[in-house]
Amino acid sequence: MIDIQNVTKVYQMGETEVRALDGIDVHIAQGEMTAIMGPSGSGKSTLLAILGCLDVPTSGVYRLGGESVEAMTDDQLADIRGRKIGFVFQQFNLLQRTTALDNVLMPLSYQATRGRERRQKAEEALRKVGLADRMHHKPNELSGGQQQRVAIARALVNDPAILLADEPTGALDSKTGTEIIRLFQQLHQDYGQTVIYVTHDPFIARHTNRIIRLADGKVVSDEPVAEPLAAGTPRPSELALAQH
Amino acid sequence: MNLSENFRIALRALAANKLRSILTMLGIIIGVASVVALMALGNGATADITAQVQGIGSNLITVMPGRLQAGPNQGSAQAAALYYSDYEALAKTMKDVAGVAPAYQSAATVTFEANSLTTTIVGTITAYVRLRNYEVALGRFPTEAEQQSGARVAVIGSQVAEDLFGGLSPLNRQIRIKGVPFTIVGVLEEQGSAGFGSADDYVMVPLETGYDKLYGAAAMDGSRRKVSNIILSASSEEAVDSVTAQIDRTLRRQHALGLNADADFTVLSQTQLLSVLGQITGVLTAFLGAIAGISLLVGGIGIMNIMLVSVTERTKEIGLRKAVGAKRGAILAQFLVETLVLSLLGGTIGIGLGLATAALVTASGAITAVVTPSSVVMAFGFSAAVGVFFGLYPAWRAAQLRPIEALRYE
Repeated sequence: MIDIQNVTKVYQMGETEVRALDGIDVHIAQGEMTAIMGPSGSGKSTLLAILGCLDVPTSGVYRLGGESVEAMTDDQLADIRGRKIGFVFQQFNLLQRTTALDNVLMPLSYQATRGRERRQKAEEALRKVGLADRMHHKPNELSGGQQQRVAIARALVNDPAILLADEPTGALDSKTGTEIIRLFQQLHQDYGQTVIYVTHDPFIARHTNRIIRLADGKVVSDEPVAEPLAAGTPRPSELALAQH
Repeated sequence: MNLSENFRIALRALAANKLRSILTMLGIIIGVASVVALMALGNGATADITAQVQGIGSNLITVMPGRLQAGPNQGSAQAAALYYSDYEALAKTMKDVAGVAPAYQSAATVTFEANSLTTTIVGTITAYVRLRNYEVALGRFPTEAEQQSGARVAVIGSQVAEDLFGGLSPLNRQIRIKGVPFTIVGVLEEQGSAGFGSADDYVMVPLETGYDKLYGAAAMDGSRRKVSNIILSASSEEAVDSVTAQIDRTLRRQHALGLNADADFTVLSQTQLLSVLGQITGVLTAFLGAIAGISLLVGGIGIMNIMLVSVTERTKEIGLRKAVGAKRGAILAQFLVETLVLSLLGGTIGIGLGLATAALVTASGAITAVVTPSSVVMAFGFSAAVGVFFGLYPAWRAAQLRPIEALRYE
């Protein structure tokens, strides 16, 4: 599904060159649930941007479902993003003053989908994230967790092959964050959705099947998670506190 | 993304910032309103003047001394004159003519008791009044006998009557023109504001009396009497051209001019006068329109300014839309439609305001404003063009944003 070979990304910051990615190889199969970890500046956000076709590598090869992405034009990339990728952001990035339903409908307006089918798809996506009864609420009438669910529904509405999330629990309290992770696990189990998220929280990362760790633009480890945590498992520190 | 969706998004975005949208539109509203209103005033003025000129009589031909065109021999034109004998020659030789009349005009002070004013004294004959379609509101015109005998009688314009007599009836009262007593026998009907040569300001006396008692040496060239102009009426509209040619021939003979020599007189038919006036008022209307157009341009720059701010403010939204699959064309269309909605909405309101202004001016009685469909269409088209032109750059900027940077923009 995702096939990245020897990819580099170099930014020119004034006089100095910054190698955000320095020769990375990543292969992710369809239906995997993967966490990307690393300290800030390790290149994990850059990697996610390239995976999501928001940016192109400076060199190297990126095949997404057999299509070579690295030489595509801006509009071709937009097309790939629209059809194959769903994004979830740390800050939700919902359109304010617009209902949950309209937020979810938004990506469909850039596709050829017809009016009635759009509505069905949007409602279906909201049902998947458990917000069937909040369709006509605006973001400021929803809690943070609900807003992130709307954002996930928006990411799902085009039936993307891959769901990409950048620190999806970063702006949420731990209980709500856990609910979001549970939703990702559900989507992964029930619909076989490929999920990749970036996190700096090892506990959140442990809820996936695989953790890729980056440092200085290189992959330092890429290991399966032997026993993924079930959502709702108390944090180790909380466990420790509870034992007292 | 279809057009109606783009319009919905645009309306929502504009509604989100109502005050700002209205202020932005105000520039276009004022621009379009002033285009519509000023064009209407210009057209109204043109129609007014045309109507007045036509009111004088459409077959009327005026002969004036000198050449109307500015040229190298302006000096000699100054010295040129028409004479009473020219009138006599024309009266004798012309065919297809309903009437010929000479007039001598000069400025003089007119007094009645303590009131006095300086105005135009027109010395002429009975035929003149008929050719100009003048009517008396009170009294009568001088009789033929009075004309011949040089009687000291006068007919005054309505404005002169108002200024000299206030509420009094001027009939049979004595006024003094250059100190010479005259009896008023008639008051002309009000002609309305003609802007030029209105008979409301005239004091009309028999031509004979004028030469005898008023004009003195200024009206004489040796033993020949000068006239200020001669008017003729062609018997029909079709005859105007042939009469004009006849006048030219007769006066050249009178003035001993060869066929190729420059004429020292000007023959002006109403059609020519209309076309000259039409040119003048056309320039005036275009000028007013251009001034209004400048305010429309300023309004357009206002739109561009706000749209640039709006693009910057919504960088993150643009990034998001691109992230979920919006192509450059879609973003371009979104912002372009937004400016179009602003300018077309502003244009529509502006047309309404312009029509209201025109109606108000008409109601006030100063000028009858004439709104032509073409000026409305032009104003609307222009505001749409302003929308596209000034919207293109901000929309292009939005479309060029790189999604990854736009998403990270705070």
